[in-house]
Amino acid sequence: MERTGNAPPDDLPVAMVAEGPHGPVIHDINRAAGLAGVQRGARVTDMKALLPDLRIEYADIVGDRRAMEQLMFWVRRWCPWSVQDGVDGLVLDTTGSDHLWGGEAKMLADMEAQFSMLGLTAQIALAPTWGAAWALARYGTVRSICPEGEIPQKLSALSVDALRLNNGTVTLLRRLGLKTIGALADVPRLSLTRRFVKAKLNENPVIRLDQAMGHTAEPVSSPDAAPSFRAHARLPEPIMDPTPFLPDLCADLCDQMEAQGYGCRRLLLTVYHTDGDTHRIEVAMSVHSRDPDHLLYLFRDKLEAINPGYGFDLITLDAAQTEQMEVVQAQLEGGTDEAVDLSRLTDRLTARFGTRAVTRPALRESHIPERAQNWVAALGDTLERTKTTAPDRPIRLLYTPEEVRVLYAVPKGPPVQFIWRRQTHKITRYAGPERIAPEWWHDKPGTRLRDYFKVEDHRGRRFWLYREGLHGDGRGGDPRWFVHGMFA
Amino acid sequence: MSYLAPSKRLSSQTRLSLGSIGAQKVLSDVFADTAADAAAVGFVLAHLPREAGTVLWAQDRLSEKEAGQPYMPGIGVPQPVMRVNVSRPSDVLVAMEDALRCKAVSAVIGEIWGDPPTLDFTATKRLALRAEANGVPCWLIRRAASPNLSAARNRWRIASLPSAAHPHDAQAPGDPRWQVELFRSRAAQPGIWAVRYDRTTGRLDFSAASVDRAVDTRDGADRQRAAR
Repeated sequence: MERTGNAPPDDLPVAMVAEGPHGPVIHDINRAAGLAGVQRGARVTDMKALLPDLRIEYADIVGDRRAMEQLMFWVRRWCPWSVQDGVDGLVLDTTGSDHLWGGEAKMLADMEAQFSMLGLTAQIALAPTWGAAWALARYGTVRSICPEGEIPQKLSALSVDALRLNNGTVTLLRRLGLKTIGALADVPRLSLTRRFVKAKLNENPVIRLDQAMGHTAEPVSSPDAAPSFRAHARLPEPIMDPTPFLPDLCADLCDQMEAQGYGCRRLLLTVYHTDGDTHRIEVAMSVHSRDPDHLLYLFRDKLEAINPGYGFDLITLDAAQTEQMEVVQAQLEGGTDEAVDLSRLTDRLTARFGTRAVTRPALRESHIPERAQNWVAALGDTLERTKTTAPDRPIRLLYTPEEVRVLYAVPKGPPVQFIWRRQTHKITRYAGPERIAPEWWHDKPGTRLRDYFKVEDHRGRRFWLYREGLHGDGRGGDPRWFVHGMFA
Repeated sequence: MSYLAPSKRLSSQTRLSLGSIGAQKVLSDVFADTAADAAAVGFVLAHLPREAGTVLWAQDRLSEKEAGQPYMPGIGVPQPVMRVNVSRPSDVLVAMEDALRCKAVSAVIGEIWGDPPTLDFTATKRLALRAEANGVPCWLIRRAASPNLSAARNRWRIASLPSAAHPHDAQAPGDPRWQVELFRSRAAQPGIWAVRYDRTTGRLDFSAASVDRAVDTRDGADRQRAAR
């Protein structure tokens, strides 16, 4: 399943690659690569040795899964029930809907046309059972249609690969001489059952055969799409300011969500201008919510950003990232929970100042001081606090270390005085050096080590200085000195 | 910056209540002596309540640029910290006010550089009233600022003093010591103290500053000789 927007021509061997435990492995291949002998699951280095021209692209597995999910809902244009089948298949229950498309053959042709308009190639087959359709789509002829009662004839010539069995069972059946489904079906049922009595579903040819032939029912349980919530206000006259309509829109949206037990984490306000222009404002929340006052508050200062132009006549409010939300009473007397309170504060501040301004420290295990602390957006999920045991660290850290001019008595010792921001600091006491070596797995080669000193100047101010490098370490000229932080 | 002579009228009663002034859940101003001096931050951190609850720490852009950002491995407060760094001082005030309304916040710290016009008496009054109404201590750290009219209940001026002797290393700086001046307060008599902060126990030892801060005449040369 691949979009052909920027795809290479079909005659070039291309492989999609995913990270395996021992380096990249082939995730999927195109037809040319398959003909050249590239196998799925093999390691990329081996296949490159086999076929040096093999073009390698990284597979977006999560994106594929998400696209497949959307596709599952998209195919409901032909029938009301559809479900995903594995990672690369879709099953549609078209019972009773083929006549709407002028018959089964025309429906399949329409499906293929629509898929190709999306840039996708689809192998389609129609059969009375899930198993037979699976087999015919993958191993049958193009757009094969299997009428009721013809399943044994249609399937008998196909190999046992078409039975949705795992590789081990397929190999076993081959060794037994059962190469086609017809051959398998001719074996007396009693002996087959006895041989595979304890096998699991995907190892059991009896059950798979029954499913394909229609002796065992395999219904399509079609999942529902997540409901979408939208409130809109259609205005008879263009207006300039959406503020008076927002409380009603929020209340309407929250009523809708409450009726179905949902909450949202993202809100999208769209205004449609009379001249056809649209403007969108998006706010996000740290936890799911359906409290109209809270949602309204998040838009408080954002509405000013809308350029009214000639005014607008339609306002819509959409809820996104909806999720089922249970009603929880935190306290017996009906007060609010502290965690809820804090998440609201996070939402309000983030809506106002942006995700990059409202942050939370995330401590990491690193000896480099600026890497030991990372600021992450407070809106995201709470991380576990890792306790780092640092010997003696300042309480303030300068964002970028500032270079200072120093006087020192001995090159490897502490400075006697330093000039920082045009002020001279005479050093009366010091502790150190504490040597912090560069992290070679992150840093560029040639990064110099740092010797940190905690120093106190003549007025009692305590600084964290470091010398970058050593004399004659072969990584640049004389070492430079920096101020990096301040102690209490 | 000139300092007042230490108050001669320090009663024992005032001295006893010194620790509790900082623990009051009101708005307090803290003026840092120099921009790069972290003593004011250390003094505020020493007064953070021990109860659980997020600490909101708002900074404007100049404060962050000139005086750095809070560094958690060195601060080591048990409470979770939420930081708001914004460019304008008025945004700092908005964030502080919002946080003071929230029950899950245990303390609010704001840092504002200079004397912006938005930080007038009305703004401080709003913060002070909200802090008292909700019972959340609110600290406003100000650098390169003049002590203008303010509704802060306690106003402090903090500067570093040479640190206490290190128990194991004579040439290393030990526990931090600060010169703390309370120059306006509703609850206590103003005065100047030399405060020693015990980092292991988190305790503050107030003692009346015997003299105005003495200028150290030595240039550190004798220490250097000793080091050699």
